[in-house]
Amino acid sequence: MSVAITGGAPYAAAGPVAREEYNEAVVKAFMLAAMFWGIAAFAVGVLIASQLAFPALNFDLEWTTFGRLRPLHTSAAIFAFGGNALIGSSFYVVQRTCRAPAWGGPELSWFVFFGYQLFIVLAGTGYLLGITQGKEYAEPEWYVDLWLTLVWVVYLLIFGGTLMKRREPHIYVANWFYLAFIITVALLHIVNNLAVPVSFVGLKSYTAWAGVQDAMIQWWYGHNAVGFFLTAGFLGMMYYFIPKAAGRPVYSYRLSIIHFWALIFLYIWAGPHHLHYTALPDWTQTLGMVFSVMLWMPSWGGMINGIMTLSGAWDKLRTDASLRFSVTAVGFYGMSTFEGPVMSVKAVNGLSHYTDWTIGHVHSGALGWVAFVSFGMIYYLVPALWKKKAMWSKALVEWHFWVSTMGIVLYITSMWVSGIMQGLMWRAYDELGFLQYSFVETVAAMHPYYVIRAFGGLLFLIGALLMTYNVFRTVRSGEAAAPEGVPAFAPAE
Amino acid sequence: MKLSHALIEKNVLLLAVLSLITVSIGGLVQIVPLFTVETTIERVEGVRPYSPLELAGRNIYVREGCYTCHSQMIRTFRDEVERYGHYSLAAESMFDHPFQWGSKRTGPDLARVGGKYSHDWHVQHLKDPRALVPESIMPGYAFLSDKPLRFDDMAEHLKANRAVGVPYTDEQIAQAVTDVRTQADPNADGADLLRRYPKAVVADFDGNPAEVTEMDALVAYLQMLGTLVDFTDINPDDLKQ
Repeated sequence: MSVAITGGAPYAAAGPVAREEYNEAVVKAFMLAAMFWGIAAFAVGVLIASQLAFPALNFDLEWTTFGRLRPLHTSAAIFAFGGNALIGSSFYVVQRTCRAPAWGGPELSWFVFFGYQLFIVLAGTGYLLGITQGKEYAEPEWYVDLWLTLVWVVYLLIFGGTLMKRREPHIYVANWFYLAFIITVALLHIVNNLAVPVSFVGLKSYTAWAGVQDAMIQWWYGHNAVGFFLTAGFLGMMYYFIPKAAGRPVYSYRLSIIHFWALIFLYIWAGPHHLHYTALPDWTQTLGMVFSVMLWMPSWGGMINGIMTLSGAWDKLRTDASLRFSVTAVGFYGMSTFEGPVMSVKAVNGLSHYTDWTIGHVHSGALGWVAFVSFGMIYYLVPALWKKKAMWSKALVEWHFWVSTMGIVLYITSMWVSGIMQGLMWRAYDELGFLQYSFVETVAAMHPYYVIRAFGGLLFLIGALLMTYNVFRTVRSGEAAAPEGVPAFAPAE
Repeated sequence: MKLSHALIEKNVLLLAVLSLITVSIGGLVQIVPLFTVETTIERVEGVRPYSPLELAGRNIYVREGCYTCHSQMIRTFRDEVERYGHYSLAAESMFDHPFQWGSKRTGPDLARVGGKYSHDWHVQHLKDPRALVPESIMPGYAFLSDKPLRFDDMAEHLKANRAVGVPYTDEQIAQAVTDVRTQADPNADGADLLRRYPKAVVADFDGNPAEVTEMDALVAYLQMLGTLVDFTDINPDDLKQ
C-alpha cells in the first residue's frame, strides 16, 4: 500500500523513456509569461499601494483610479502570475510523473497557452476601460468568462488525458492536487459567473444572483479561489518541486492522503467567514466559522509534510537559496493558515473585517506562500528546461530571497498595525459615550503604514526584477548542462 | 486493508468524481437553503427595484470599482449603527445584481449614505474629494460631469434585470428612457415616476440642466441608498431571519 510514493519511484521516472516527447516548449512559455505578469502585478500593486499613501497618484483620470487598478492588480497577481505558474508547472509535472507527453499534442497545449494569455489581456484591458462585473476576483464580464471556460475545459482535457495514458501505475500526489484545483475552479467559475447579458453584442451583463445569495455564492467562489487556485494548485507544486530540489521523498504518504481529502472537503465551507455579522443568516456564518477553524488541521498537515520532506537534507537550506524559497513559502503557508482560522472566529473578525488586517493576511499568503513557492519552482525549472547546469548567479538568488523577505515582513507588519489600529479606532468611545473618532481621522492615521507598505511592495518588486535578470542571463549564457541521457538533477534514492 | 486508497490513485475518473463530490457538499449545504428558507430575506415594506436613473448610477458605481473601498453592509454592532444607521437587512439588497456589500472600508460604509449630504456636496466631493475633506485619499471623479449618460438602451437593462428575477413591470420597461429624463429634471411632472418608484429623488443633481450626465446618475443612486425601508415603524421581531 505504501509502496507508491514514499519510495520515490514516480519522480525517478524522468528517465530517457519518453523524454524527447515531453512538451517542454510550452512549459518554457508559461514560465516566461508567469514572470512577465508577475512583474506587471507587483508593479501595479506598488502603484495602488502608493495611491493610498499619496492620492495625487490617481491622476484623476478615469483609467488610473484605484477602483479600476485594484482589480488589475489582483487579477494579474492571482490569475496571470499564479495561473501561468500553475498551468505551466502542472504540464511539466504531469508529463514527468506519468512518463507521457501532454495529451492532445502540442497544438492543444499551445491553445491553452495562447487562450489563457488572451483571457488575461481581455480581462485586464477591460478593467482599465471600466468593464467589470463588480464581483471581487471575478471581475471579467460574461464574454471573457465564456472564453476562459472554453480554455479551462481544454486544460482539464489535457491534464486528465495525460493522466489516463500514464506509464506509471499510481497517480502521483502532486497530480491529485492539480486535478482537484482544475475541477473545483471550473465549478466555482461557472456558478459564480452565471449572468444575463444586456445584449449579445454588448459588454454589460447582470449577474444571475442577487443580494444575500449573491454574497454567499461570491464568497464561496472567492474563498475557494484562495483554497483551490492559491492553495491546492500550489500544494501540487510543493509536492513535486520540494522533493525534487531536496532530493528526498515526500515525508509521509499517509499524511498526504489525509491532508488531501480533508483539505478539499473542508475548504469549500469556509466562504461565510467573509460575511460575519452581515445580513447573511447566522447559521451560515457559524458553519463558515467552524469549518474555517477545522481547516487549520489539514493546512498544517500539508505544511508538516512539505517541511519535513527536508529531513536529512536540512543543510541544503543554507546553501541552496531556491530550495530556501520553497521551504520559506511553506513556512509562510503555515503562518497564514493559522492566522486565517483565527480571523474567521467571529469575535476576532468583528475587529479585523473591513480593515487592512485582511489585506496583510492575504499578502502573507500571496507573497509569502504563492509567490515564494513559484520562485522556488522557477529557479528549479529554468536550468532544467533550458538545459543549464545552474542559475547564472547564485548570489542574485540570495539577494532576491532576502530583499523579498524584507519586503514581505514590512508589508504584513505594517498592515497588522494599521488594520488593528483602524478597527479599534472605529469602535472607540470617549468618556461621554460618543464615538471618539470620525471616519476620516482613522484614514489620516493610516498614512505612515501605507507608506511602509508601499516600500515593502517595492522591495518585493525589486526582488522579482533581480530574478528576471538572472533568468535572462541563465537562458542566454548559462553553462550548459551535461548532455542528454544523464539527468542533470538525479533524484536521491 | 481491502479498500485501499491505491484504488483511487490508480483510476483517474474515480479520483476526479470523488474529488468533485467532496468539494460539492459544503457549497450545497450553505447555498441551497438560502434560496429555500423563507426567513432568509426579511419581510419589510418599501424595498423596490431601482429606478432607471438609479440603476444607471449603480452601474457607474460598479464600473468605477467603488466597492474596492466602500462597503454597503452595516454590521450589527453598536458603533456601526451609531456611525452609519440601522444595521443592513438582507431585504435591502434583494434586487442587487450583483450585491455590493464590499469587503474593505478604506472609505466609510455607504449603505445609508442617501440623504445625508446635499446633491451639491456629493458633486463637489466627487469632483475633488480633498477640497471638502482634506485628509481624504479618494480619487477625483470630475470626468463624470463631462460624460453624458448613455441611456437609450435602459429598457434592455431593465429586461435583463427582469430575466434574473427583478420584478420590473411592462410599464416600467416601456417608460425606462422617459423615466431617466424625468428623474433628472425637477421641472418635469414626476407623478408617474414616483408612482412607479416611490421615494425616488427627482433633481437636477449636477446643476447642469442641459444634459443628463453620469454624475447625475451616480448621485441619484447615492441619494437613495438605504432610504427605502422606514425603520421607525418596524419592530425588531419582524427582522428576525
